[in-house]
Amino acid sequence: MKNCLVVDDSRVIRKVACRILQDLHFSTDEAEDGIAALAQCRAHMPELILLDWNMPNMNGIEFLKTLRKERGGDQPVVVFCTTENDVAHITEALGAGANEYIMKPFDRGIIEAKLAEVGLV
Amino acid sequence: MTEEDIAFLAQMVRRRSGLILPANKARLVVGQLAPVARRFGFRDVASLIGDLRHGRESLARAVAEALTTNESSFFRDKTAFDHFRAEILPQLLGARAKTKRLRIWCAACAAGQEPYSLAMLLDEAKLAAQGWMIDLIATDFSSDMIARAEEGLYTHFEVQRGLAIRRLVAHFTQEEGNWRINENLRRMVMFRQFNLLDSYGWLDDLDVVFCRNVLIYFDHKTKADVLDKIADALAADGTLLLGHTESVRGLSEVFVPLDHAPMLFVKGKAQALKMAVVG
Repeated sequence: MKNCLVVDDSRVIRKVACRILQDLHFSTDEAEDGIAALAQCRAHMPELILLDWNMPNMNGIEFLKTLRKERGGDQPVVVFCTTENDVAHITEALGAGANEYIMKPFDRGIIEAKLAEVGLV
Repeated sequence: MTEEDIAFLAQMVRRRSGLILPANKARLVVGQLAPVARRFGFRDVASLIGDLRHGRESLARAVAEALTTNESSFFRDKTAFDHFRAEILPQLLGARAKTKRLRIWCAACAAGQEPYSLAMLLDEAKLAAQGWMIDLIATDFSSDMIARAEEGLYTHFEVQRGLAIRRLVAHFTQEEGNWRINENLRRMVMFRQFNLLDSYGWLDDLDVVFCRNVLIYFDHKTKADVLDKIADALAADGTLLLGHTESVRGLSEVFVPLDHAPMLFVKGKAQALKMAVVG
């Protein structure tokens, strides 16, 4: 079973995303900001990271840039999942090493389609 | 709605579009026709059907269109597009190197996601810069769908199903909460309202036909007739793509499925062997 780390400062979003991912046969872990997510990645690198942009302490783009420099940090598929829906943010995310991008609001169909896009379902 | 109403409606729709209305879908039909009833100023769907019996053409047409299925998404059933990009297109580019002309038809294009998906692949292959002329023809029974397709404006949800984010950024422009297909792709596609039961005289010498998830709504005879007409319109070395649950078995003497790609059909075993080598 593949593991997904869901990084979002909203407990409700984490819960909804985790439920969908578990339905899609992922095991899930949660982190509420970039710093907590980095600590978890250093302990155990997940196959997939679902990543919010706007979070306290360390935001999504800072987390991604740091992650990609870490040992093994090039391995996880990173899918942004954010309300930042404009082309400039999307382009910045792809430039920083994001594999896909989900524009909130999302539903199960969108998550499934995006994971199919990166070959994970 | 009475059983008699349903039977009348089923007969009318079948005559107009070939669509088979299962008797157990009556409740669904009411939901699909409610907007038409409102648009034409009827109190309810039963009143609409009452009026329909008087043979009002514009109403009958709107009803038949409303009962078609328009479910689609970009790169729906991705395998078909992979086959197009990796096998069908390279084979055609070799075979048409002298004329540098391709003719592709999407027979039931709904809101345009299928032809625009093809337009993205063709644009990414940079064929226009190499002097290729490509006729990308897209038709649908529903004039509402054709109007939507021509507009090329899609919701947040529509662009997130089947479309990689890099393609979204490359081929669409954001308009408030929606996304519009870029003008260069929109101009690649010729949209036209068309009934698959009508004459295909204007559709000749096609290289590829996408007719996916359409035949499933027709009866046996209509399926066979449509396949015959497609066979006539398709070039000898052309390819037909059907939906992954659809088949030509018992319907066509002309088309042969490819062993390695059962949703792809060519005309005759010799052509199938040739394509098997390419595949």
